[in-house]
Amino acid sequence: MTDQPTDQPTDAPTDGQTDRHSPLHDEHVALGANLTSFGGWLMALRYTSDLAEHRAVREAAGLFDLSHMGEIEVAGPQAAAALDHALVGNLTAVTPGRARYTMICQEDGAVLDDLVVYRLGEERFLVVANAGNAELVARELVTRAAGFDATVTDQGAATALVAVQGPRAEQIVAGLTDAADVAAAQAVRDLKYYAAVPLVLRTDAGPVDALVARTGYTGEDGFELFVPAGRAADLWRTVLAAGAPLGLVPAGLSARDSLRLEAGMPLYGHELDTTTTPYEAGLGRVVKLDKTDDDGAPLEFVGRAALAARRASAPARVLVGLKGLGRRPARAGYAVVIPDGEPGGAVGESARRIGTVTSGAPSPTLGHPIAMAYVTPELSAEGTELAVDVRGRAEPVVVVPLPFYRRPQQS
Amino acid sequence: MTEAQFPAHLQYTAEHEWIDGSNPAVIGITATAAEALGDIVYLELPEVGAEVTAGSVIGEVESTKSVSELFSPVTGTVVEVNQAAIDDPAVVNSDPYTDGWLFKVDVQETGDLLTPDQYAAHVGN
Repeated sequence: MTDQPTDQPTDAPTDGQTDRHSPLHDEHVALGANLTSFGGWLMALRYTSDLAEHRAVREAAGLFDLSHMGEIEVAGPQAAAALDHALVGNLTAVTPGRARYTMICQEDGAVLDDLVVYRLGEERFLVVANAGNAELVARELVTRAAGFDATVTDQGAATALVAVQGPRAEQIVAGLTDAADVAAAQAVRDLKYYAAVPLVLRTDAGPVDALVARTGYTGEDGFELFVPAGRAADLWRTVLAAGAPLGLVPAGLSARDSLRLEAGMPLYGHELDTTTTPYEAGLGRVVKLDKTDDDGAPLEFVGRAALAARRASAPARVLVGLKGLGRRPARAGYAVVIPDGEPGGAVGESARRIGTVTSGAPSPTLGHPIAMAYVTPELSAEGTELAVDVRGRAEPVVVVPLPFYRRPQQS
Repeated sequence: MTEAQFPAHLQYTAEHEWIDGSNPAVIGITATAAEALGDIVYLELPEVGAEVTAGSVIGEVESTKSVSELFSPVTGTVVEVNQAAIDDPAVVNSDPYTDGWLFKVDVQETGDLLTPDQYAAHVGN
């Protein structure tokens, strides 16, 4: 594994000139991808069509490059204790081989990032952070792990991440194991949701050591494959070739966004940010206020006091799903209002703003617009008829439960 | 990405509309614009009979990812809109210069138009 240059992405908007390139950049260019700046990286927005890529993931499989995500290893005798202090979740309780969705919060309870943390061993964890927050999360973990017998290592540059998502993902990923290694293929098939296992995968350029995780961000069954950055292209090309007969296509960040929105999953910077605690986002369950240390005493973690107070008080706003009844989708930042006048008519002067859309798009799977929005709690009940100010016109919406889409036969 | 084409018989605007030389003139958006938008899912076009002014916003083109305003390249009266494209906007992606036309205008006056070469230079091709 070779060291990569350590120019770090920042949260600042980039001009596209300073964006980092994924280890798969040349593959994206060769596939004719439309590239976009995201989280300090230049990534594939789409290869052919947003809709086709979205549908492929719902019906067959899609292959995503997620190498922009941050990977931070926390290891040592007190790695679990350090993470219990640094994050809102209870990582000590995670069995080796399993993963948790969790968050890192500020002292005031605000969400710094949402994370997936894999417990690779008794004393070893892999923290996966969002691209734009990776550097910040790594820095915070170093700070918060001080005083614990644990080391924090940013593995982002050395690690590539590709995701195979969709109903045929299991078949495709099982097929990446050595034909002679029946146990490895079975390990893929037996892998539970939110579990991970190290496996050797075959590529056209020889075997590669991979961490194979059954996690994803699409609402489908799927796998995320962590490999050394230098081997990413070998794996990418092998998966494309092996998956093509089963309908797998490369899928870009545009499809990833519409898929996660249908699945009701938050995106940092939209549903989550430093003005939000996990409770407004409906994710209070990730906050483990009852964590205890080895002696059974309440465990202090960063943000605990603020989050405990926040849980005890009524939220000022709550995250809801909105189903669009018209054709024009709401977009992030648009005002949610109490309807007055004709649906689709001009938003009246007196229209009271009661919330803000955080994400919105036409749903490729459902055929109508969908959106997530923060609204005032008294207007958040399922079935509440509201409107969104879509560029001056009040487009009718109704509050619906999240997620918008659930895959058939949840495993 | 397919190589964007700029048919020689058309004129263009800096806002990525095209217009042919007939009267009433047929107007649409360029392949470059359609490609940048991604899959187009919704079109809002002016009504037949609407008076449009060169350079003014007269509709919108919405894709899965974003929305763009549609500008009129000319001043005049709208005489026809492409109902087939409203019903199935994907045709704007697949055939932006033919079946994916958007509306026709009885032209009184043209705005600032670009030649194919000027438009190609404008979009950096």
